Amino acid sequence: MTRALGWLAVVAVAAGLWAGFGYAPREVVQGNVQRIMYLHVPSVLTAYLAFGLVLVGSVGYLATRRNSFDRLASSAAEIGVLFTGITIVSGSIWGKPTWGTWWTWDARLTSTAVLFVVYVGYLLLRAMVEEPEARGRYAAVVGILGAANIPIVHFSVKWWRALHQPSTILGPEPSPIAAPIALALFVNWVALTLMFAYFLLRRMELARREEEALR
Amino acid sequence: MTQYARRAWIVLWKDLLTERRSKESLNALFFFSLLLLFLFQFALGPDRDQLRAALPGILWLGFILAGLLGLGRSFIAERQNDCWEGLVLTAGDKSAIYLGKLLGNVALMATVEVVLLVLFGFFFDVDLWPVLGPLVVVLALGTAGLAAVGTLFAAMTAQLRARELLFPVLLLPAQVPILLGAVSATQAVLLGQPLGEVAHWLKLLAGADVVYIVIGLLTFEFILEA
Repeated sequence: MTRALGWLAVVAVAAGLWAGFGYAPREVVQGNVQRIMYLHVPSVLTAYLAFGLVLVGSVGYLATRRNSFDRLASSAAEIGVLFTGITIVSGSIWGKPTWGTWWTWDARLTSTAVLFVVYVGYLLLRAMVEEPEARGRYAAVVGILGAANIPIVHFSVKWWRALHQPSTILGPEPSPIAAPIALALFVNWVALTLMFAYFLLRRMELARREEEALR
Repeated sequence: MTQYARRAWIVLWKDLLTERRSKESLNALFFFSLLLLFLFQFALGPDRDQLRAALPGILWLGFILAGLLGLGRSFIAERQNDCWEGLVLTAGDKSAIYLGKLLGNVALMATVEVVLLVLFGFFFDVDLWPVLGPLVVVLALGTAGLAAVGTLFAAMTAQLRARELLFPVLLLPAQVPILLGAVSATQAVLLGQPLGEVAHWLKLLAGADVVYIVIGLLTFEFILEA
């Protein structure tokens, strides 16, 4: 089952690569640099999904005390941090030729960076509590507070600095994006989500075996 | 309800009394605040205009650094003489303990902030009297958020070996909105603008305070049990 999902993810990533580099046309203004978007945007969407699952796992663990919820939260947090990292790095590589700088304290860059440090803190906490039951409880509290903090961070940073183009996909207005580009984005989003699901299942299985081995 | 308030009050009273008798945290925090002012002065140099521009930021940096030390210690005393077990065995809703501790921490922070403000006025030649009213509103909103998360994380890290490291690493990212909002609002207040100019920041701070305190009340019992 997991293995099949893995192969499905491989096929989807291959299709995504083709859609991004072959099918999608060269963007008129930015040129080929724009193709980084096919990695950048799906990565950040996957990271959001992951942190949403950290919240689900955290609440679930405190409510039921079942280890599977703790495994879900911890595994999703690790992969979420990975995809947030990919988002920041790919954005920087895009920003250098487009904005002329690797990094700027713009609102969305800052809030993504804050998201990154919040969940790195979550992982650090997990690494430093040895007793598994206490680790689950503490991490769950940080996971819940971290998720509740996301909208607050969002608004605070938005008012503090407002260079990044507003979101075209998640915004309320109909997307002004060209159809082939949108399709290539969609394919890559599906590919990364499948990849995330595969990583998550593998990581949770690994966590379960670690627990068994330490029991 | 009265039972709940009474429990919170007992925790608060106990903390205030121990602090009044030992003066353990306050004495060290006053001295630390004074040292911070020296450091800021040395780091920024003698240029007055530069100092004034940076004032709201260094003020809050001072509060947060003092908070890291002061709040981080708030559960250390409970580790001795099986006090922790006493807290765990307390009848009724455990969030009353959180509330008591939170109020104690707010009182501690408020004392330190008053001292820091006086020292700031003295060393940097800033007249704070005309803006005192609005400034107190901003300070209260910012301090509540800082203390709400700080109290929760202090309880969490009190039992851990890597406490000194983990407490700031967890608290600082969570405090980004409070810091941004409080610094922006303080800047406006120091420039003599009315509070209405920064109403959106005050609402954000108030909203953050409510979210943090509610999460603290709801999750504290999971941290206490051990």
